[in-house]
Amino acid sequence: MKLDSDARYAKSHEWARWDGEEIVCGITDHAQESLSDVVYVELPEEGDSFEKGDGFGVVESVKAASDVYLPMGGEITGVNEALEDKPELVNQDPYGDGWMIRFAPSDPSEFDALMDTEAYEAFVAEEEG
Amino acid sequence: MPYIPHSDADRAAMLAAIGVRSMDELFGDVPEHVRFPELDLPAALSEMEGRWELEVLAEANFNAGSGPCFLGAGAYRHFVPAVVDAVVRRGEFYTAYTPYQPEVSQGTLQAIFEYQTMICNLTGMEVSNASHYDGATATAEAVITAISVHRLKRRKVVMSPSVYPEYRAVVRTYTQGMGLSVVGDEPAGPGAHDSAGWASASTLKELIDDDTACVIVQYPDFLGRIEDLSELAAAAHAARALLVVVADPIALGLLKPPGAFGADIVVGEGQGLGAGLSFGGPYLGFFATRQKYVRKMAGRLVGQTVDAEGERGFVLTLTTREQHIRRERATSNICTNQGLVVLAAAVYMAALGKCGMRRVAELCYHRAHYAQQQIGQIEGFSVVGDAPFFKEFVVRCPRPVAEINDYLLNEWGIIGGYDLGRDYAALKNHMLVCVTEMNPREDIDMLVEALQEVAL
Repeated sequence: MKLDSDARYAKSHEWARWDGEEIVCGITDHAQESLSDVVYVELPEEGDSFEKGDGFGVVESVKAASDVYLPMGGEITGVNEALEDKPELVNQDPYGDGWMIRFAPSDPSEFDALMDTEAYEAFVAEEEG
Repeated sequence: MPYIPHSDADRAAMLAAIGVRSMDELFGDVPEHVRFPELDLPAALSEMEGRWELEVLAEANFNAGSGPCFLGAGAYRHFVPAVVDAVVRRGEFYTAYTPYQPEVSQGTLQAIFEYQTMICNLTGMEVSNASHYDGATATAEAVITAISVHRLKRRKVVMSPSVYPEYRAVVRTYTQGMGLSVVGDEPAGPGAHDSAGWASASTLKELIDDDTACVIVQYPDFLGRIEDLSELAAAAHAARALLVVVADPIALGLLKPPGAFGADIVVGEGQGLGAGLSFGGPYLGFFATRQKYVRKMAGRLVGQTVDAEGERGFVLTLTTREQHIRRERATSNICTNQGLVVLAAAVYMAALGKCGMRRVAELCYHRAHYAQQQIGQIEGFSVVGDAPFFKEFVVRCPRPVAEINDYLLNEWGIIGGYDLGRDYAALKNHMLVCVTEMNPREDIDMLVEALQEVAL
């Protein structure tokens, strides 16, 4: 299971990482593996605002359609348009080219409440167990 | 898929496997006293007696084929070629249902794919689904698609008053509880009809704003009229609203397809394509749209692909849109289609082809125009408006339509046109007359003669 040491993780399998004053966000390697081939990602629009835990989009794979949730509250400042034509980036590079959204967090301290890589690893192991 | 029945040996083996001694034991949870309740029915008839009784009942009916028929208003008497039934009644098609298993459903899937393709050709659109129940529900699904395209941020639907009354009612029923406002078809609205000024669909322009998810018009409209909708399309698109066109597929054999003048979604009733009137159903709602909205489209979708050996095959595709996977986040609850009626429509369109469908449309057009001209000359009757029309037109009558229709039926065995006073208060004593390729000139001349008597 791949992890990004700069990122923190939500129980719903999204990751979040600081990039300047904004947060970049996507789904974890564990999530993309469970979903298998991603065929479509429905993303929000710039300017949309969400609270922590709100659904901001949907990831569709060959076998399921899964909601994705914002790990922190904020306003969307960018979406990864490359996913429109190449949704498989989510499978190939979930922490890099497969990023989904960028947003301006309304409460930066919510980042610290997320799990770090060790905690997430343990969380996944227990979920599987 | 062939029907493979169980033998007694199969049944015995299955019972043994689950540890049950008999079929009766399987029903053990049903209390004895309700297993075979007393039914107060008359004694059983033989097949011969039963048929006799039903034939007597049937003979009491006067149906659309019993005499000249000039009734339309949403369900139409169009010719059904024999080849349609010959294909549709084949057991492999007649009893097949959901083609979720492509390995045993290639015939069904291919037929649906061909139907989808032909609907796109006919409407000038890029993708079609495998159908909805009927034109009314297809229209309601178009509204829901438009709402979904706008991510639930727009709550207004602008609807022309000359969309079929039942369709407008179904749109409201379907979308109740969604917090939408459906405007444009109020009796006193800008699009309202009165016997002096006939509002065209363009008057709806003033209702379009940036809360409008879609604008719905009918083509030809409920009163039979054909209108240039390109201005309305431009107005809708300027506000980023979707243009939904409810179209008559038979008319599309002759008229410019909605895709060519800016429709975003085309829906309508496919009954005229090879399904008889059948006292109201089963009918066929077609739904076609642009490729960019395909993921917001409800209903089944058949796609073409290749199998593991590189051979062409057909499958249900983009199934993650459907409610059994998306559940409450699906665009719609519909996860079915009118398979057999779709097949009839596909056979009809293939058998007639582009030239045949044009010929059918031309016959409807010319005969309706002949009828309008002849009726317009009868003292007491007058044609209303001078807008171009296809196969239906409005006539102002000297007496209530119901009275005229009673007279036509009882004295002449003619089924008269639709009483528009039922739906539009301003159109009392106005009849909507429908003429199709199935009304020969003799029928029309007979109607004219009959109406001349009425006027006296």
